[in-house]
Formats: sequence, C-alpha cells, structure tokens
Amino acid sequence: MAVDRAAIEREALRMAGGRTWLLLSIIAAIAGYLVYAHFAFDVPKLLQNARWENAVILGTDAVAHKVHVVHNNRTARYEVSVEGERTATYAEPPNWVAVAGSKAAVDLEDGYVVEIDGASMRFTVPGYGIIAARADANGVTADLPDGVRPDWLIVAPNKLDARPTLGRRVQVSRAKIEVHRYFFGWENFWFPFRSELHDKSAGELWTLATSGDRIDDGMPNWQHIFLTWWRNPDWQHNEVFIALLETIMMAVLGTLVASFVGLPLAFLAARNFSPSGVLRFFVRRLFDVLRGIDMLIWSLIFIRAFGLGPLTGALAIAFTDTGTLGKLFSEALENIDNKQVEGVRATGASQIQRYRFGVIPQILPVFLSQSLYYLESNTRSATVIGALGAGGIGLLLVETMRTARDWENVAYIIVLTIVVVIMMDSLSTWLRRKLIEG
Amino acid sequence: MATASIEQEIHRIEARRRLYSGILLIVVAATMIAGFLEASRMNSGSFFGGLKQFWDYPGEIVIEAWQSGTAFFGLLVHFIPALVETINIALVATIFGGLGALVLSFLASRSLEVWPPLIPVVRRIMDVTRAFPELIIALFLIFVLGGGPIPAMIAVAFHTTGALGKLFSEVNDNVDRKPIEGLRACGASWLQRMRFAVIPQVLPNFLSYFLLRLEINVRASAILGYVGAGGLGTELRRTIGWGQGAGDETAAIFVLLILTIVAVDQLSSYLRQRLTRSDRAH
Repeated sequence: MAVDRAAIEREALRMAGGRTWLLLSIIAAIAGYLVYAHFAFDVPKLLQNARWENAVILGTDAVAHKVHVVHNNRTARYEVSVEGERTATYAEPPNWVAVAGSKAAVDLEDGYVVEIDGASMRFTVPGYGIIAARADANGVTADLPDGVRPDWLIVAPNKLDARPTLGRRVQVSRAKIEVHRYFFGWENFWFPFRSELHDKSAGELWTLATSGDRIDDGMPNWQHIFLTWWRNPDWQHNEVFIALLETIMMAVLGTLVASFVGLPLAFLAARNFSPSGVLRFFVRRLFDVLRGIDMLIWSLIFIRAFGLGPLTGALAIAFTDTGTLGKLFSEALENIDNKQVEGVRATGASQIQRYRFGVIPQILPVFLSQSLYYLESNTRSATVIGALGAGGIGLLLVETMRTARDWENVAYIIVLTIVVVIMMDSLSTWLRRKLIEG
Repeated sequence: MATASIEQEIHRIEARRRLYSGILLIVVAATMIAGFLEASRMNSGSFFGGLKQFWDYPGEIVIEAWQSGTAFFGLLVHFIPALVETINIALVATIFGGLGALVLSFLASRSLEVWPPLIPVVRRIMDVTRAFPELIIALFLIFVLGGGPIPAMIAVAFHTTGALGKLFSEVNDNVDRKPIEGLRACGASWLQRMRFAVIPQVLPNFLSYFLLRLEINVRASAILGYVGAGGLGTELRRTIGWGQGAGDETAAIFVLLILTIVAVDQLSSYLRQRLTRSDRAH
C-alpha cells in the first residue's frame, strides 16, 4: 500500500497546530485572569498605601536597640535609658553622654553632635549644618540652615523631629528634648538590666556558676543564673518557650489522634474490608464532613467550648485530619494486592493473622509517610490556629505585633518559630526515610 | 544442624522486632495520654466542662440562622463577594506558586541537565520556602502593605512554590530519558527537547498536583483571612467579634465556606481522576 507522505505530514501539522492553539489560548486565559485579579485586588491602591517605612522600621528595630537621652523641660533633669524604659535607666550616663549641670553634650559619632542647654538644643549635622531649636510655653521655635529643608527634618509649631540617618534621631517638643542613638544587637537578651549578672562575660558567668559563694542563699548559682535568664521580663523566654511547646503539642497530639482514629475507620470505609455497604457509606460521609468543615471552623468551635490552649488546637487538627487521613488510608486499603493476603490465608492463618501479615505490611508505608507528612504540615497549621485564638506561638506573635512595643521581641519569636517548623520538617523527613526505607 | 541455627536466628530477629514494635507502640500511647492530660491542664477551659458545652455554640448559630428564615438566603448572597475574593487569593497564589515551582523544579532536576551545580542550592531553597510558616509572611506583609488580599496571596504563593516545586522535581526525576535522547539525536535544541520529550510526560502529573494544591490553598486563604488578610475569613472574624446576635451571618459564612471547600474538593478529585485515567490510556 502506497504511503501518502504529504497527507501524513499535513495531518501531523494540523494536530500540532491544534495543540499550539490550545496552549496559546490557555496562556491567554491565565493572563486575562491575572489582569482581572490585578484590578480585583486593587494593586495600584495597595502600592499607594503601602508603608514601606514600616518594613525599614521592623528591619532596623529587629536587629538594633536604641538608647534614649531625655531632657525633661519641666523638671530640668536628664535621664538616659535603654528603649526609654523606666526599669532600664542608667545610674551614671554612658561615656558618649556628658552631663554638666543643665548642659549636656551627646556624641552621636561621625561628627553628629547634640548640645542641650536647658530647653534649647543645637544639632550638628555634617553636610547640612546646625539645627537649633528652643522649646517654651508657646511651642517650639527652630532655626535651620538656609536652603531646602530635607525630608528627614519635620518642623511643626509644637514639634521638631530630625532623623538624618536611621540610627540617629532628635525630637524636641514642649515637654522634652529626646535623643535616640541606635546600637546593633538585642539589648538585655540574657539578663535584665538591673540584674547583677547584666554586664558579665561568659567566662565570668562560668566562674560564678561553679563557685560555692551563693548570690542567692536559696539556690546554687547555676540555678540562679538560669532563672534570671528564664524569667527575663523584657524577653519572657519562659513564655516564648512554653508557647512553642504548646504549638508542638498541638501538632503532635492532633496528628497522632488523627492517624490512630483514622486507621480503624479506614477499614470500615474501604470497599474490600467494610462489613456492610451502609456502614461504609456513613463512614465515608463522616470523613467528608470532618474534612469539609475545615480546620478554621473546627478551631473556632473548639475555642468556644474549651478556651485557649493546646487541647483546643490538638482537637481541631485531629478532627480535620481524621477525615483527610481516613480517606487516604481507605484508598490505600482498596488498592492493596490481594495475592499477599491469599498467600497468608493458604498457610491456614486466622483472620487476625491475615490482617497482621497480609494487610498491615502493605499499608504501613502509606500510614507512616502520610502521618509524618501531616505532622510536618500541621506544625505550620498549629501556628495559624494559634493566631486564631487557640494559643501557642501564633497567638503570642500576633499579640506582640499588635502591641508593637519592641520589634526585637517579634523578630525573636519569628526566628524561633521558623527554627521549630524547619526542625519538625527535617525530623519528619528523617523519620520517613529511616522507617520506610531502612 | 544448619537449618536449626537459621531458624533460631530468624526467631531471635522476629522476637527483637516484636519487642521494638511493642516499645514503640507503648511510647506512642504514653505520649498521647500524657500529652492530652498536660494539654487539658494547660487549656483555660477543662476537657469535660468543654464537652458539655460543645454543642452550645453551633446550636446557637443554627437557631439564629433558622430564626432569620428566608433572609438567610439574602445573607448568603451578601457574602458572595468575600467568597470570590478568597477563591481569587487561592487561585492567583496557586498560579504564581505553580510558575515558581515549575522554574525551580526544572533547575533542581538531574535528568534535565540545566546546570548541575545549581541543583543542591535550588533544593535547599525549596526546602526553606516549603517549611517557612505562612502566618509569619502574612503578618509581616499586612504590617507593611496593610490588610487585604495581596499579603495572603504572597504568603500562600511563597509556600506553594516550595511545596509544589518539590513534587514537580520528583516527577521530573522520574521521566523516561529515551525520548530526550531520541530528540537530541535529531539535533533538537534544549527548548525543543523540553517541549516535545519532557512536557508531555510530566504535564498530567503537574496538573494533578496543581489541582491538589489549589484545594489546599482555598483552605489556607480562608484561614489567613481570619488574621486580617481579606476574603471570607475577615468577614468571619467581624461577625464573630460582634458576639451574640450575629449568629445568622456567621452561619451563612460557615455554609458558604463548607460548600466551597466541598465543591473545590470534588472538582479537583474529579479532574485529577480524569487526568490519571487519560494518562493510563496512553
């Protein structure tokens, strides 16, 4: 039979052409949808309203702390404190602040100097000039260098705010003159400012911990050092660690319960194991309901019933995932190889032995790998459920962000959360490899 | 003689394995019980106290929804725009995440020979994006960009990139290399080899994973809405915040959310089944 090469070629080209058109129209549809989404989400307005300075504030504040030098215009007194906190006030001003009577000179380095004299101040800014300001009962009067006023300098009748660099800021109001100088690092991370351990080096601490002379009569020194750190009021290490523990508990308990409740139910829902069709139908619908109601709604219901805490989160995870894992396990059971079961039966094994040696070994890998996979993803879910109000690290993070007192604390919580989530992820991957392949 | 010793050996191994399994089971059971006792103690409400009032809240909103009568359907319609926003968040995030995953998975796959030194780097990047908690990205972006759908979308897309990237790269690693070699022998370029030898092999699996992810992302975007990222979740927080009397609105949102999740579930599993079936027919 003669082969019509030209016809075959035409046909092939036609098919390829059809495919190309399909591909192009799919790409066009996606692009069109994204254009629609662009307007539905109102991207231009969002970009207009975005507060990029917030990102900068969070970025700098998260890795730095500031020391406030404040002159109170009413009491005419100076106060130097970390982050302006009453509990962290220096008894003697640090060496970059020189106070002499009503006058003070604050050295902000690189030529930036603030001289305060009573209720007036002079701020020397290299490359710009000298900003002078005086506060009195009528407001703030400023005397600026000639030329265009830069963006970082805000002058209002009652306030002057100069921030020539991120790390240097001077504010003058009727009540006070306030100078901020930023330092890199987290302040008072180990011990509270007032603690006698505050400015000790690691070596000194070691000597102290091993020495017999007790700082606190009630306990050995190592315990005292640990407790001073653990109960540090600025960082609340104890609360953060307990919150992390709660989040891990939610994930672990929720996943364990879901797998161990899901497995027996899966047998009832699998076509080849279920004792009755009616039962199978109802168990499958139960899985659908548990999954369909979703973790969000389950958490809200459980928060109402059980209040805050790991139990609430664990139950919300357990309910949702019993549905998901049950469905997955029942599908795995329906797909098992019957030959293995027959083989076990041929040796005269009882029903239980058939399950134990014919069925369980076949679904064990699915059971383990899916449970571990959900354990990992539930650690992330647990942070979100926590933020809904169930507690744990999620709630702590939302609350710390809302009060926005200190971004270092937010950064600390974020870092620890990421570390824990990545740790659980690696643990689950490692266990999966170990248990299934090894 | 030899058989007996082998048999003994087998029994010994068997006994040890049984012992290990037993210990593992006991440890798991003990962890569970201790954990629940501890969790119950840490909770602000008690377990049995909560059990008694478990149905109070669902009951309350069902009664309020029932009392509102036909106005309930009006509420359902009222919340449709929020629902559309939630679905948009999920869909856009899955599209962007999917595109990112596509690029990363091609870079991370040994058999596609893009640039081998890049493989371990890209794999680590995928691990980190996958493990990074969505909540943190969403909260950070809400702080910078203000509340709205975009922060949730970016947060979900970020995680999707890693999660899908890993699955995609596993598919890429399992491709049959013969068509690639065949095309190379004809002098096809890299792009042509990908287009005619790799894409046809991996596309059904990619689409199937994409749909599965879409299903997960609809849930994720609803839940992120609750922390302030727009859509149904935000509406839900508002109505729940009103406390008593807004039960009918809460019920309407619950109904919409459940219906959507079930619909997306069903659609996705139907399409996935069709994809794998057509795959088998080839």
